[in-house]
Amino acid sequence: MALLDYFLRKKEKQVTTASKAKERLQIIVAHERHSRNKQPDYLPELTEDILNVLRKYIKVSDESFSINLDKKDGNLNVLELNIELHDEHSTN
Amino acid sequence: MARIIVVTSGKGGVGKTTSSAAIGLGLALKGHKVVLIDFDIGLRNLDLIMGCERRVVYDFVNVINGEATLNQALIKDKRVSSLSILPASQTRDKDALNKENVGKVLEELGKSYDFIVCDSPAGIEAGAMMALYYADEAIVTTNPEVSSVRDSDRILGMLASRSRRAELGLEPIKEHLLLTRYSPKRVAEGEMLSVEDVKDILSIPLLGVIPESQAVLKASNAGEPVILDTMSDAGKAYQDVIERLLGETVEFRFLQVEKKGILSRLFGG
Repeated sequence: MALLDYFLRKKEKQVTTASKAKERLQIIVAHERHSRNKQPDYLPELTEDILNVLRKYIKVSDESFSINLDKKDGNLNVLELNIELHDEHSTN
Repeated sequence: MARIIVVTSGKGGVGKTTSSAAIGLGLALKGHKVVLIDFDIGLRNLDLIMGCERRVVYDFVNVINGEATLNQALIKDKRVSSLSILPASQTRDKDALNKENVGKVLEELGKSYDFIVCDSPAGIEAGAMMALYYADEAIVTTNPEVSSVRDSDRILGMLASRSRRAELGLEPIKEHLLLTRYSPKRVAEGEMLSVEDVKDILSIPLLGVIPESQAVLKASNAGEPVILDTMSDAGKAYQDVIERLLGETVEFRFLQVEKKGILSRLFGG
């Protein structure tokens, strides 16, 4: 029977399940990577504006400021601002 | 400075603990000082695969809570003296580990070990995040199967965004692909994703390919990491992984179907 299988198998090689798997994975992985890396295009401008407002009142260096837009599960987006304030009174 | 290596995957059951055990022991056999840490709090299993389950007195969480010193909790391997194991606790205290206290333990271990191998729990919850947070390198363990490859890609995203290196803007975690349960026969028949397919999709460097092997179950039955079974295909494949981790270039083995004799071809079996 093994001999028979050997000859029969030659003919049926067209689209293998492995190539289907690869194709499906390439699509879904590319899609998921894209949504993972997607930062809204207004983010740089927003950062600039927030920094300008802050600097009217306090000293903020670029290093002590970070902004992050995180997509949580579901429809929740969290805008996270981190501002390190240097206590001027204690240093002066 | 110790190299901190996390063995991770996203999906469960792909061979993280088997690989951690084999790699930890393999590095120690090469004369390096190695500590293996089980990060799977609540579901400890590394001790069983290493064959030291009856010697666990204190665990990782005891150390974190100050109930035991590191030296009390570390189990010295009976086969290789330069290898120690830090078991996970069996109590289900999810919040036992946090970045600060894990960092302290790793720093302390880093003083006396060359390699810290972290066996990550499955999933992308806090435990898995904790296991990868301090890593310098990650061994992404993947089966040639759709759900495993997809989950590995998610973990790659986590490595790039949720690790200490990512947060501090340091050089990113060095990623390695470890393909396990590989069956060249099924690949040849078009039933299984090939090494090249998985490499194409994940696009990270290949560290090793471990063939589907009966030796793996035998090894875990006995509590002897499969790398000690030097005659087995899986044991040999893990030895190649060790060489590559240590910077050697080793050709990949077990990627082709073993040639059958003419008789077995004709009569099957």
